[in-house]
Amino acid sequence: MAVRGNRAGFSRWTGALFAAATLALLATGCSLRDFPQSSLHPHSDYAWTIQHLLEQLTFWVVVIFALVQALLIYTVIRFRSRPGAPDPKPVHGNTVLEIAWTVAPAIILTVIAVPTVMAIFQTQGKPPKDAIHVKVVGHQWWWEFQYPELGVVTGSEMHVPVNKPVAVDIETVDVLHSFWFPAVGGKRDAVPNHTNRMFFTPDSVGEFPGQCAELCGISHANMRMKLFVDTPEAFAAWVADQKKPPAEPDSSTLAGRGKLEFSNGACVSCHTIDGISAGTIGPNLTHFGSRTSIAGAIYDNNTENLAHWIATPDKRKPGTLMLNLGLEKAQVDALVAYMQSLK
Amino acid sequence: MATTVATAHAPAETQSGVWSWITTVDHKRIGALYGVTAFIFFMLGGIEALLLRIQLMKPENTFIGPDVFNQLFTMHGTTMIFLAIMPLSASFFNFMIPLMIGARDVAFPRLNAFSYWVYLFGAIFLNLSFVLGGAPDVGWFGYSNLTSSQYSPGHGVDFWAIGLQILGVASLAAAFNFIVTIVNLRAPGMKMMRMPPFVWMTLVTSFLIIFAFPVITVALVFLLFDRFTGTNFFVPAAGADPLLWQHLFWLFGHPEVYILILPAMGIVSEVLPTFSRKPLFGYPVVVYSGIFIGFMGWGVWSHHMFSVGLGPLADSFFAISTMLIAIPTAVKIFNWIATMWGGRIELKTAMLFALGFICLFTMGGLSGFMHASPPADLQQTDTYFVVAHIHYVLFGGAIMGIFAGLYYWFPKMTGRLMNEKLGQIHFWLTMIAMNLTFFPMHFVGLLGMPRRVYTYAHGMGFDTMNLMSTVGALLLAISVLVFVINFLTSVRSGKVAGNDPWGGASLEWAIPSPPPAYNFASLPVVHSLDPLWHTESRESALASNQRTGPIHMPPNSFWPIVSAFGMTLMMSGMIFGWFAGIPGLIIMLVGIYSWAFEPCV
Repeated sequence: MAVRGNRAGFSRWTGALFAAATLALLATGCSLRDFPQSSLHPHSDYAWTIQHLLEQLTFWVVVIFALVQALLIYTVIRFRSRPGAPDPKPVHGNTVLEIAWTVAPAIILTVIAVPTVMAIFQTQGKPPKDAIHVKVVGHQWWWEFQYPELGVVTGSEMHVPVNKPVAVDIETVDVLHSFWFPAVGGKRDAVPNHTNRMFFTPDSVGEFPGQCAELCGISHANMRMKLFVDTPEAFAAWVADQKKPPAEPDSSTLAGRGKLEFSNGACVSCHTIDGISAGTIGPNLTHFGSRTSIAGAIYDNNTENLAHWIATPDKRKPGTLMLNLGLEKAQVDALVAYMQSLK
Repeated sequence: MATTVATAHAPAETQSGVWSWITTVDHKRIGALYGVTAFIFFMLGGIEALLLRIQLMKPENTFIGPDVFNQLFTMHGTTMIFLAIMPLSASFFNFMIPLMIGARDVAFPRLNAFSYWVYLFGAIFLNLSFVLGGAPDVGWFGYSNLTSSQYSPGHGVDFWAIGLQILGVASLAAAFNFIVTIVNLRAPGMKMMRMPPFVWMTLVTSFLIIFAFPVITVALVFLLFDRFTGTNFFVPAAGADPLLWQHLFWLFGHPEVYILILPAMGIVSEVLPTFSRKPLFGYPVVVYSGIFIGFMGWGVWSHHMFSVGLGPLADSFFAISTMLIAIPTAVKIFNWIATMWGGRIELKTAMLFALGFICLFTMGGLSGFMHASPPADLQQTDTYFVVAHIHYVLFGGAIMGIFAGLYYWFPKMTGRLMNEKLGQIHFWLTMIAMNLTFFPMHFVGLLGMPRRVYTYAHGMGFDTMNLMSTVGALLLAISVLVFVINFLTSVRSGKVAGNDPWGGASLEWAIPSPPPAYNFASLPVVHSLDPLWHTESRESALASNQRTGPIHMPPNSFWPIVSAFGMTLMMSGMIFGWFAGIPGLIIMLVGIYSWAFEPCV
């Protein structure tokens, strides 16, 4: 966590603060590799704002806790009952003390309340004008990502370029969900009939996991997602790939047979593949092969997992709306080949 | 000697047998019924928690599936809040309040019995859902629109909503009863500012109940209308805003938190002075802080909703109002420590639990302070950090306070002392297990583990801390067993306690243990706070044991249990059909009319 020092505006916070924060981080271990979904390893301006606030809060909380416990333990030890101890004086109160310990917490509260309110207005203002817009839609139990300006629609995996502001609109088509990539900031609920907004500027390239944080039914735990923060070049290349028409496999190949299975089967009623179908209940599959994961980012995208998923989705993800179509093994293999060809 | 006192004062009207318990209107017996029933549900809620912890002990575990998992965490929360902590507090209200204010019973003894039976039947009804098609699985907060018929087609949500309505009747009836009792039945000379702090906190809690429960009642009526008659209070497709539910729920739900914690604070304010041999420091300030917490509890509900997008102004308002509550809470903690300062502290088990309360509740208060700040909360809400917080407040706070009260008043209730050695083992085991279970949850939450997930992936770094929590939960179960063994053996063969084993200051210690049915043979006159610690008041209080003539006590009645059964059956008719509902209505009406015209001789 050496990246910390260079943020403007917080250098006035003393070494003690830093020590408390370091302590908290040390206690939890320090590597994003060990804790990929950690909220204590910020990778955006928004997440850093929260982190700095959390450090101040942690400092005061640790100090107050230590003082109160020390006082409590000292009192119990010093005034414990001993043989021959005199009867205590019946003291009923002390006005000066009462005022003192009312004012002291009030001062600490003010010290915290001011940066809190500043951070609230800073993080909930208008997003920067040059931000990339992403519309996030929660479904039971997967996330859809739409890039209206770029004409891209994808599922479960969100791509953004590094060092460029991202403005997210959060909606849902069914029940409450909560959009949460801890590495880039706090969560925001997806509420029916509401559009919630948040914005952040990711500051490092990498892959960051996230997941739904509001109970949304039986597979709430299986509503995961991934955030890919790409270099500008990699992001441009990804957008270009996503905008291409879907792959057209030769009809004599296995993938070609898979395309027939797809377009003649029940798949089309729920899934979109550009030029073939327009279902919106399940994720858009036009460039399915370019994704690293399937089924709401709970399984890696490989042949074996995909075959299991297509054959018996109900056994792989409890409650999933994807139907078990009772497909033959040959049909499944063909569909797998087709899906994997949709790079 | 103590035995002879107990026999000498044994009431002539002593009754025994099941029928005497079913028809009892004695506040002490009702208190005992509340206590035993609530403790059984506390253990049931604990078993539910253990199953959850076993499922989460390792990544991708398959011990229980997601459907059972969701039912268990919903029922764990609902059980602990409505069937364990609230009725355990009610048990102390029932048993102790009349004794502490120098009264012979509560103001409405039959209504008191009715409250208990409604609670019992409501609790059974709610738990019947496990065997009748599945328990509720939408969380104890039941956020709309997951609770709609579309997304929760089974009867689980119906059991939950109707069960909470039934339990609300019990809470409301009890709250009115205790307000009237405390306002009207205090012994001569006991001004409001001479009431023991536990009586004060009971009064504040009762007011919170009568204002908070109507709010949830309205929300549940909306929900039941939606589910049974097709209205659209919470149906987004018809233009409804599901946030309405969240506002109504938390407008009830936050005062509910204080309904759970204030009685424990009251207990601690009784236990600390007794075992420090010093009066409560800053009594008026402690009382006013409790009242202030009760008031402020109404202005903070949206801090449960920072992530729903209320806008920066509302977030700032609720952040500051929430932080303000830290002030009276801190004031209480400092006054408790000042009570001990300069005292002669005896570390009996009750005192240890009161100290444990201060230690753990401070922790829970401080983590609450951390998510009073909305930006920080947006990382913490709906993660295990909040699970850690509520358990430090509700286990470290409410349950530790309740255990302090159990050890403190057990001798008064039963006439016998609990075993100190087992008590100390219980305390230390609870402290260790409690922290082992809940402390790692702070970190696993900050490191990204959401709440209410039945599984988590390998490689997230959650494994070790979850295993620690599971081991801690098993130890907690053992610590509760130690208590149960202590309780059961002490009830039969504990050392005889005598009237006043701890040298307490309030009126209950003036009379025999267990108290006679009429409590006080003649009414004591109170001249000060801490009556038994002042010569004049003490003599007057002890004189109240002198029986001067016949004592009129209310007769037993079975109409409360009949009315309570009829009401529960009537409401269950919403699920089971008219053949349950109509007989229920008739039984309830017959019960209430017979009750009203029952001669009181």
